[in-house]
Amino acid sequence: MYESNGEKYFVVDGHMHYWNAAPDNWVPGAENYAEGWIKCFHAYQGLGPPETHWSLEHFEKYSEDDLMKDVFEDGYVDVAIFQPTYLKEWYKEGFNTTERNALMGEKHPGRFVYNTRWDPRDGDAGIEQLKRNVDRFGSRGAKLYTAEWNAGSRGYKLTDPASYRFLEAAQNLGIKNVHVHKGPTIWPLDKDAFDVADVDHVATDFPELNFIVEHVGLPRIEDFCFMATQEPNVYAGLAVVIGGLMHARPKFFAKVMGELLFWVGEDKMLFGSDYAIWEPKWQVEGFVAWEMPDDSELSDYPRLGVAGKKKIMGLNAAKLYDIKVPDEFQLPAGSGTPGAQEVLGQEQPVAGS
Amino acid sequence: MTEPLTVAGPRALLEALETVRDPELDEPITSLGFVASCTVSADGDAQVSLRLPTYFCAPNFAYLMVADAYDAVSALPGVRSTSVILADHFASDAINGGVAAQAGFVRSFDGEAVAELDQLRADFLRKAVMAGTDQVSRPLLAAGADLLAMTLGQVPPSRALARLRERRAELGLPAGDDAPLLIDPVTGVPVGAEDLPLHLRRARVTRVSIEANSGICRGMLRHRYSTPGQGETDQ
Repeated sequence: MYESNGEKYFVVDGHMHYWNAAPDNWVPGAENYAEGWIKCFHAYQGLGPPETHWSLEHFEKYSEDDLMKDVFEDGYVDVAIFQPTYLKEWYKEGFNTTERNALMGEKHPGRFVYNTRWDPRDGDAGIEQLKRNVDRFGSRGAKLYTAEWNAGSRGYKLTDPASYRFLEAAQNLGIKNVHVHKGPTIWPLDKDAFDVADVDHVATDFPELNFIVEHVGLPRIEDFCFMATQEPNVYAGLAVVIGGLMHARPKFFAKVMGELLFWVGEDKMLFGSDYAIWEPKWQVEGFVAWEMPDDSELSDYPRLGVAGKKKIMGLNAAKLYDIKVPDEFQLPAGSGTPGAQEVLGQEQPVAGS
Repeated sequence: MTEPLTVAGPRALLEALETVRDPELDEPITSLGFVASCTVSADGDAQVSLRLPTYFCAPNFAYLMVADAYDAVSALPGVRSTSVILADHFASDAINGGVAAQAGFVRSFDGEAVAELDQLRADFLRKAVMAGTDQVSRPLLAAGADLLAMTLGQVPPSRALARLRERRAELGLPAGDDAPLLIDPVTGVPVGAEDLPLHLRRARVTRVSIEANSGICRGMLRHRYSTPGQGETDQ
């Protein structure tokens, strides 16, 4: 939990990892990709405050104790949601799998939520594995990485028929929350790899599921915002927005926050540190302290008050994952109002909080 | 009387590369710092070395930049051969080889692409038009102008306006003095009163998106390469 100015914040880190990207885990023949991948992540860490930078060696492989200290002791996090990323084409044992996450997490009951994953290209075997994972880990959420490479295929779309099969199966197994990460190299390469249009379709076709678009669809936040404002079950995962912009590009951070508050609203935004790309500590402190600057350029964006920050820091995620939140962290009934959401063509007055 | 120059100098080379934009960020590759080096020999052999913010930058945009750089440089008078190489990228070989062979995108990425990149280019030109619309409209709005009634010719000249007109012209959208300021970037149809608020909001979020992307890309590039590129400028 985090306390500041007499206010208490329940912190759910909605997006974090326990990975092994050290050379001993690189698939022979795919070293370029494995190395390129982790170096790319490491470069993102460069966007955070200098005193929080790690050596590449430490970044490639950190310990369980490191994670517990960085996230729960220093990082103010109450509950952390593991988002798996498999990448078995490049990493022998996967980059960070639910199995690896769970092995670690089992030693700390109540601290972690284990999200599973699936790849529609795995067919029947994938459906069976999904059932086993839900049984074993009790997953209520899953992470989908549509750009993942799989046996010669460099990605898929959520709207592929195989994907629909898995979404239906997942829903029947009790999965409620689908976290979607958009990334490079989606087939076919002549299309925009980051296009979030497929999320739009599945969100409409699966109204009982919640779709959390991780990294707010960066680098296509314009498409994400326009879609999210029209779909009640689409959420914005803020991992990378805070880590990548709040310190390095404060002006753009303010504008991006303003746009998100306008189009998506504070009820549908979720904090995520993306640990270990960035440590939660400076992100939590910075976000709670953040105020929209007074520039005239920013004057018609919604503001974010204490109530909104409490929602984003943990209460919204707690609702999605049925995490029990002690009373002292809850909001009084009727606190804060969602940021204005535009009804097509009609400007709503900015409600503020 | 002096002989006309038939050798392309380094200045001309850089200027040619300044006309090449990152289609996603709508900025010159020179300003962004993507040109690691560019040289031309006395015999007119031009060599350009490009670099990108990450190993995994989208290969379609990377391909467009390498191909456009090739076209811009090889069109210079006095250039007899052109080599454009992208370094440190997962698809470097496919892109460099494909551009050198003038193979086109589909053949460079056999089996992974079904079409050339015209559609992608057009999609991002439309985003640039929306972002440019916000850039031009914002000061006009602040001055209380009636945007719906304005034509391009009525907007005070500025670099932002010139860019907006260029992007519209590239798309085949109306770009003359009589053209309305606010048009749908897909259909070219003038924006009506009921669509105005949403159009302006979309223009603004598009601009914020492109500028934020540019900020992140520049930050990543600086982390990857500590030396500035040829013709690099601040955002």
